[in-house]
Amino acid sequence: MTNKIRILLAKVGLDGHDRGVKIVARCLRDAGMDVVYTGLHRSPEEVVAAAVQEDVDVLGVSLLSGAHMTIFPKIIAGLKARGVDDIILLGGGVMPDEDVVALKKMGVHEVLLQDTPPNTIIQTIERLVAERGDR
Amino acid sequence: MNTKPANDPQLALETQVKDWEGKEVASFLAKQQEKKAQFFTYGGLPLKRTYTALDIQNHPAEDIGLPGRFPFTRGPYPTMYRSRTWTMRQIAGFGTGEDTNQRFKYLISQGQTGLSTDFDMPTLMGYDSDHPMSEGEVGREGVAIDTLTDMEALLEGIDLEKISVSLTINPSAWILLAMYVALAEKRGYDLNKLSGTIQADILKEYMAQKEYVFPIAPSVRIVRDCITYAAQHMKRYNPINVSGYHISEAGASPLHEIAFTMCNLITYVEEVLKTGMKVDEFAPRLAFFFVSQTDFFEEIAKFRAARRVYAKIMRDRFGATNPESMRLRFHCQTAAATLTKPQYKINIVRTALQALAAVLGGAQSLHTNGMDEAFSIPTEEAMKIALRTQQIIAEEAHVTEVVDPLGGSYYLEHLTNEFERKVFEIIDEVANSGGTLKLIEEGWFQRHIADFSYEQALNKQSGDKPVIGVNLFQESGEVADLDTHPHDPTAEHRQIDRLQRVRRERDQDQVNTLLDKLVIVAKDDQQNMLPITIELVRAGASMGDIIERLKTVWGTYREVPVF
Repeated sequence: MTNKIRILLAKVGLDGHDRGVKIVARCLRDAGMDVVYTGLHRSPEEVVAAAVQEDVDVLGVSLLSGAHMTIFPKIIAGLKARGVDDIILLGGGVMPDEDVVALKKMGVHEVLLQDTPPNTIIQTIERLVAERGDR
Repeated sequence: MNTKPANDPQLALETQVKDWEGKEVASFLAKQQEKKAQFFTYGGLPLKRTYTALDIQNHPAEDIGLPGRFPFTRGPYPTMYRSRTWTMRQIAGFGTGEDTNQRFKYLISQGQTGLSTDFDMPTLMGYDSDHPMSEGEVGREGVAIDTLTDMEALLEGIDLEKISVSLTINPSAWILLAMYVALAEKRGYDLNKLSGTIQADILKEYMAQKEYVFPIAPSVRIVRDCITYAAQHMKRYNPINVSGYHISEAGASPLHEIAFTMCNLITYVEEVLKTGMKVDEFAPRLAFFFVSQTDFFEEIAKFRAARRVYAKIMRDRFGATNPESMRLRFHCQTAAATLTKPQYKINIVRTALQALAAVLGGAQSLHTNGMDEAFSIPTEEAMKIALRTQQIIAEEAHVTEVVDPLGGSYYLEHLTNEFERKVFEIIDEVANSGGTLKLIEEGWFQRHIADFSYEQALNKQSGDKPVIGVNLFQESGEVADLDTHPHDPTAEHRQIDRLQRVRRERDQDQVNTLLDKLVIVAKDDQQNMLPITIELVRAGASMGDIIERLKTVWGTYREVPVF
């Protein structure tokens, strides 16, 4: 990998569970990626704007509030509205398996649920960025 | 050092231990090494092979003491479960007030002895159900409460003088307390007969759970107001649950759970004392909430040490003279973050062990998690099994007949001493570094929590921290065969309909006048927020009305994240 992978990690909505996202942020940083974390309670619009502004490869959204089926469509619509098609969108947290299937159909590239080992997360991101290719 | 006489029992024991290490231990190690060169507790305290009287000889025997007597290491009451089993308090909350009321009644019919309420995220954060931020979250992770009408539905048919109700809510807690008071008065109850608890512990929110609205200073003032109001009007009510649970679930070690909780406790007590109230006037109703994690003995020691630390803080630091001000009472919940999706049924076993540690540690009230909570909020069946787990411990296991049955165990007493010593060290470190509030703003607590949580994540990945089903004894091709609690999509509409009806039917001029009065009270921090808030909820004001108006006075809080 010639360029550092740039990733924005985000917490959206009222959900305050940030244990997982902070672990992921640290693991990805330790793996050599450029990590920006939005902090808590962001709106979908704020997150999309930040992802575009930071020119990230990957946008990772952590949700443990159960509101993923409401929030992801807004993020996907926000990215589309800005004409963005090369940001890899990831979901993480606690979500039912059937929702994971639905999210992937909707355009979320990968969903990494609780208890996913950090190395698996790193490898998944590296693979997805490699598959997308340079931009 | 004095030379010890030849017949000194300690010297004899030291000699015996050395002899044993040289003979039995050495010969066993020659045949087979131990699994690790050094063992540690879950929280990272180093452990010896075994413990003897030598390990507790330097600690005063009166620190172990007797149950119901200072320093309360062995329990807050002299007879403990011999007189009264802990309160079996399964938390519940989803949908509307009516939906949760049904679950409450089911749990009571199954032998539950106290109620505990989970609120949805909008309620916890002070948004009305029809606010844009609430979309998708109404009634999902807890019950939605906007107005007093919702509270009436939640507690319909439940005798509040007979059963204690716990309200698990923080930044908007005082509004719920106001609704509880308004409801109780409407039903003609004597406020001094109501028992129950409101969590209202805002400082651990900034540290760990991250449910906050306002900046720290006005938020702490609200906590102070809850405590002083209850001390004057609700003699049996716990106006705060100083909570380590969320600090632990956010990733902290057991030691930090207790130490940080005590830092918060000290801050609250200092705030209340500033009003001129005496410590013995309010301290007897301060209550605590801890997690029961996976390290069985460390947890029991943690609970015992917490009681001793608290007793010493209240007596020595704050000059309490009433023993009730020095005796720590706590609710306990098993550790939700230890539950796994793989082989989810084994969560019943994890929960049972954690619950047993809570009971051996002397909990006053207990919630056992449902086996399906790594998937969603629990089903009725999962909650029944969790409740039955407590009932087996209470009725079948014969662990309730003797108070503090593990007291005097060399190992346990040693761990208890270690915990106490280290907790006081951390309290001193915090004081010397500028105090709890300053360190919260600097992210000091948050950094410690993140560090331990990161370390645990790596240990789980490497297998150093075994988790059955996740990194050990996994099963491939497992299909989860469970029905999870269904989210009722109609709850949001039902809730919003009721909120909007209340808004239409109330006297809007009266609400506006009271909101103006609220602003005046908020700006004068010598006044108590409760009376005006009780008037507001009686007049049909919603939680969102009150919170939004106060944001114009106090502003909001945003943390600088630490990872």
